[in-house]
Amino acid sequence: MTPLLDIKGLKVHFQTDDGMVRAVDGVDIAINRGETVSIVGESGCGKTVTAMTVLKLIAMPPGRIVAGQVLFEGHDLVPLPAEDMRAIRSKQIAIVFQEPMTSLNPVYTVGEQIAETIRQHEGMSKRAAMTRAAEMLALVQIPNAHKRVSDYPHQFSGGMRQRVMIAMALSCNPKLLIADEPTTALDVTIQAQILELLNEMKQRLGMAVLLITHAMGVVAETAQRVIVMYAGKVVEEATVEALFATPRHPYTQGLIRSIPRIDLAATQHVRLEAIPGSVPSLLNPPVGCRFAARCRYVMPECRTAEPLLVEKAPGHKAACIL
Amino acid sequence: MAQYILRRLLIAIPSLLGISVILFTVLALAPGDPFEELATNPAIPPDVRAALRASLGIDDPVHIRYFRWLTAMLQGNWGFSFVSRVDVDQLILQRLPATLLVIGTSQILALAIALPVGVFAATRPYSVFDQVANTLAFIGFSLPTFFTGLLMILLFSVTLGWLPFVYRTDIDATGWRWWWEHLRQTIMPVLVLGLFQGASWTRFVRSAVLDVIRLDHVTTARSKGLPESRVTMRHVVRNALIPVVTLVALQMPAVFGGAIVTEQIFRIPGIGSLLISAILANDTPVIMAVTFVFACLVIFFNLLADVLYGWLDPRISYS
Ligand SMILES: Nc1ncnc2c1ncn2[C@@H]1O[C@H](COP(=O)(O)OP(=O)(O)OP(=O)(O)O)[C@@H](O)[C@H]1O
Ligand code: SF4
Ligand SMILES: [Mg+2]
Repeated sequence: MTPLLDIKGLKVHFQTDDGMVRAVDGVDIAINRGETVSIVGESGCGKTVTAMTVLKLIAMPPGRIVAGQVLFEGHDLVPLPAEDMRAIRSKQIAIVFQEPMTSLNPVYTVGEQIAETIRQHEGMSKRAAMTRAAEMLALVQIPNAHKRVSDYPHQFSGGMRQRVMIAMALSCNPKLLIADEPTTALDVTIQAQILELLNEMKQRLGMAVLLITHAMGVVAETAQRVIVMYAGKVVEEATVEALFATPRHPYTQGLIRSIPRIDLAATQHVRLEAIPGSVPSLLNPPVGCRFAARCRYVMPECRTAEPLLVEKAPGHKAACIL
Repeated sequence: MAQYILRRLLIAIPSLLGISVILFTVLALAPGDPFEELATNPAIPPDVRAALRASLGIDDPVHIRYFRWLTAMLQGNWGFSFVSRVDVDQLILQRLPATLLVIGTSQILALAIALPVGVFAATRPYSVFDQVANTLAFIGFSLPTFFTGLLMILLFSVTLGWLPFVYRTDIDATGWRWWWEHLRQTIMPVLVLGLFQGASWTRFVRSAVLDVIRLDHVTTARSKGLPESRVTMRHVVRNALIPVVTLVALQMPAVFGGAIVTEQIFRIPGIGSLLISAILANDTPVIMAVTFVFACLVIFFNLLADVLYGWLDPRISYS
């Protein structure tokens, strides 16, 4: 069975004044129909660039897809002309961004903005699209939805705006929903509600979800499969169970150790272990393993050749010579 | 909304009063006398002159004169020009059409240049078009109107003889010919004012559009699968119009001020040249009336800017 989305050897580089930023440097990600896959990694490791490239929303220039394929239902999106790409956006693949406060246009009502998407793809009348927009708001559990369609974004709280964004993204029944850190900008209690909503929407509508996050806790709650990214590369890929039970890559091990454990912190003073050091520059990535400078198991061989992503156990890949 | 406008108009009353007090005092303190001309005219006997002065109340103390002016004004009596011996409101109504015509058309021209050029340049930053537009806008914005005005007169009137360089209200022609003559004499002042204003607004439109174009909601609009033209018009230009419209409204009084210079150069018998000649002749009632009209314009356009701002930006509420 061909995967719904199959990213192969993707490289996206940005031309800047300081030189070439290799934001995404050889990434492979496959997502099956109806599956939830999560991408985790620290800030700046190329998660957003990967997601935006799928919809070709990165600014070109300075950005450029240097190599690779983005196969959606077997068809490569990379060479697709702008017009065909527009038919994919929101209709086949929809995206929800990190910042609900700025992602909606302040001068139109939320109803108008949702209806605009619907009309673009479904060719409905204005009235019908507005009715559908109200139904979408009700679906994402916004109270009083038929009244609130004619409210402006500033009349909603952050969590409610993210619900609006989700309603808009799901309004044309996409086959894939990309959620780029949809909860990072929200309060902790609201975060849980939004994740729950995403899970519920997925159960009702059956779309595949690519959930980007830097919080391991979120991964455990929502995804079936996890992809760990580091400095523009995939360093580990496994099912959620396998990843938490036997993390293979030292970076993944570090990420898991840094999950705040409320249960432990309350009883005994366990220090949260952050991974020492920081992400290397993507301008001139180091030769060999990019994690070498921060790895506690580093060996001389690590710095000579780049470890490839290989299958360590069935369905469990890691890019480490260990 | 209506309540807000009413409140703003009520607040405007004390400012207008203040402006008129200051103006009146300054004019009273200024040297010169509107009757200088009469004083040196030997045909008028001194007793007639004194009677005239007394009847106009010119030698009364300042505050008495001010209150006399104010009560007359409130009753709709704008006074009487010492020099041209015509009612001031008549004089202003006579001069206003020429000014409005030149300013109106030049501002339309300015917007017709600034909006498309600014938007087109901003959506292609650092392209050849953007750089050419930027350079031209910078030049147009740096050259004062009296300079470009004289340059145009030299070129099109003196050297080439294509266009008249004196603006006339008494064109002795009818039908198409009248329109044609009118058009010919309006071209240069409209171009001078319009290009200058257009240049400065092009820069403003460009930067307003650039400010919006990198906002998150524009990426959202693209992610919805909208055509680029719709993204630009509905999600970039529409938002960029909020500061642009406000600035245009706020700049209108300054545009009227700037038109005074242009009217002098092209000898347009408008309200600006009326003010200049009134100042030169110490014609206090005319100066008061014209400056008062300008003060009202400032207040009107400030209010208009606020109202438009609230109308364009749903985040603003007037309650
Ligand atoms: N337009 C751009 N021009 C130059 N560099 C860019 C551009 N966009 C992204 N980058 C670079 O690409 C790298 C990856 O950025 P990206 O936004 O994908 O990280 P991320 O994993 O999403 O991080 P975060 O958790 O902070 O969202 C960063 O080093 C960033 O500086
Ligand atoms: S390859 Fe070497 S440096 Fe890289 S993660 Fe594995 S052990 Fe650490
Ligand atoms: Mg990101």
